[in-house]
Amino acid sequence: MAQSTTGEETRVREVGVLRRWLTRPELAAVAGAILVFAFFAVVAGDSGFLTGGGTATYLEVAAQLGIVAVPVSMLMIAGEFDLSVGSMVGAAGMIIAIAVSQYGWPLWAAVLLSFLVALGVGFFNGYVVIKTGLPSFIVTLGMLFALRGLTIGFARLLTARTQIGLGDAGSGSLLTSIFAGSIGVFSASIIWWLVLALLGTWVLQRMVFGNWIFGVGGDAIAARNVGVPVNRVKIALFMCTALSAALLAAIQVLDAGSADVLRGELVELQAIAAAVIGGVLLTGGYGSVIGALFGALIFGMVQQGIFFTGVSTDWFQVFVGVMLLVAVLFNNIIRKRASEAR
Amino acid sequence: MMERGFSRRDFLKAGCAGIAGAAVFGAAGCGGGPETEGAGVAGLTSRKDIRLVMVTHGSASDPFWSVVQNGLKQASKDLGVEVEYRAPESLDVVDIQKNMEAAIASEPSGIAMTVVDPDALSDLARQATGKGIPIVVLNTGQEVWEEVGAITYVGQTEYDAGVEAGKRMAEAGVESALCINQEQGNVALEDRCNGFSEGLGGNVKELAVQGTDPTAAQNAIKTELNNNSDVDGMLTLGPQGAIPALQALKSTGKGQALKFATFDLAPEVLQAVRDGDLLFAIDQQQFLQGYLPITFLTTYVQYGVSPVNEVATGPRFVTRQDANDVIDLTKQGIR
Repeated sequence: MAQSTTGEETRVREVGVLRRWLTRPELAAVAGAILVFAFFAVVAGDSGFLTGGGTATYLEVAAQLGIVAVPVSMLMIAGEFDLSVGSMVGAAGMIIAIAVSQYGWPLWAAVLLSFLVALGVGFFNGYVVIKTGLPSFIVTLGMLFALRGLTIGFARLLTARTQIGLGDAGSGSLLTSIFAGSIGVFSASIIWWLVLALLGTWVLQRMVFGNWIFGVGGDAIAARNVGVPVNRVKIALFMCTALSAALLAAIQVLDAGSADVLRGELVELQAIAAAVIGGVLLTGGYGSVIGALFGALIFGMVQQGIFFTGVSTDWFQVFVGVMLLVAVLFNNIIRKRASEAR
Repeated sequence: MMERGFSRRDFLKAGCAGIAGAAVFGAAGCGGGPETEGAGVAGLTSRKDIRLVMVTHGSASDPFWSVVQNGLKQASKDLGVEVEYRAPESLDVVDIQKNMEAAIASEPSGIAMTVVDPDALSDLARQATGKGIPIVVLNTGQEVWEEVGAITYVGQTEYDAGVEAGKRMAEAGVESALCINQEQGNVALEDRCNGFSEGLGGNVKELAVQGTDPTAAQNAIKTELNNNSDVDGMLTLGPQGAIPALQALKSTGKGQALKFATFDLAPEVLQAVRDGDLLFAIDQQQFLQGYLPITFLTTYVQYGVSPVNEVATGPRFVTRQDANDVIDLTKQGIR
């Protein structure tokens, strides 16, 4: 290897470890998370935010959003949106509750049925998007309304009510401990969240399917020309988002002991927000699941944090909106400074 | 050539025929003019010509209004009249105005309505009565039903129900309470909280939570209870708030020290009342708010009669003693 007269390689510059890590898409949201945490630690530190119990409250909310945000972020990397996940949460929950309370199904069968219906709905979403060529935004927006309407209509038709309890079917069951149990003060949904995030990261980074997702999101036509089965990838991802919505529904129904027709409202927007905060581009082809994990964490902290500060809850939505904007801006600034040439 | 005068047998035959004929005509005549099948008194119109429209602010997904609709449907079945229900998806007075205009234009026999915003809806109500369409006001609008020309009012204003709840809580020894609003922006719920504040004597903090996310609501209530240890009472405004609140109480272990009550019934709520976790649950008997307006409009349109005053349907307090009897009715969506 040729060496210059000064004895060092001058064409390649050493980049510090910190810089290298900050430019990875996964860690784009870490800066924002640290900022939000620091804000609440300073403003509300003595009101229980820093205790184990306090941490468990926002982690549980973050985990439940995170479970849906993982496949939603993967779908967004592939260049599509799924706006129907929120309605799917409501529908899946209703299926479980009605099957158990009206028709006497065993709990495991009802949960399995809701998962199967979710897979069907996801397949339908993907199929329509591919066959019609319409933007997935529109197709899943239609499903958002249709699913919610079907949930309300069937709930009232079959039970004359909109909020249906599981009765005694849920208590003491093994399924309840798996989905809605807790370890100390920390709920099981946190473990589901971490497992799903690890699984998603593994698929994205280490499996061929992950490469396909990036390819489809970057340029679907070029990917197809290279031999990537674009249709199968998209349909599989839509089925995954719907399935995660059903998983969230099962967790919420088993935790609360009842289902409600309006559950899951706004979850679709929150999941997209968590993904975008985490560095996923709205145009697709770039992003990471770990980023969405931190995005969901930021969301959970911000949503529950207001209750620690003692600020009147009338300002809840202002609070959430402003803090999210601040977190995203901060992420952007840090990433730009880390990645710009010096 | 047998000419004979009328024999006695002929007289007998003629007499029998005459009596039989008279009996038949008489029976037909006794039946009376326009008769509705088996409905008894005829009145001014027939049941099958009566079509009533209910225009409210309660969406199909709201558990409270779900019970009102069940009352509406039952009345339609029992009375044999046609009914329609119109409500927007979320509380939007402009949508309600449009629904009202469409209802008036369809020329129904009568309209049952809630007057959520008197400024926006009084004129439309007067327009309906001006066209000869009778109106019954239900649920919201107790102050304005007479001036808009409605026949009567059926319901319980949310504000008064809140005041009663506050008084009961105060009697139970509560001095400082939380009012949990699970759907901010719903005027009815705000009235409940404001009434509660007046009934209790002022020391009420309102906490807004997301009713559609039970986990977030539960955690929010937990945090609030942990940070406000001087609070000794809590009121929730519906099952979407009550169920997460029950779980929050269980996990903070404050169940014993805190007096907890709620509005509106649900099986889980009644079980908690029966087990002593809830002090009382308030039943507005909104089934009657769906049933009675249809009854009153039908009797007015058909027979010209109506109550001369308002009909109060609540609040009825369900306590530990009666909780068990009500649970089955709640499961059917009647209470």
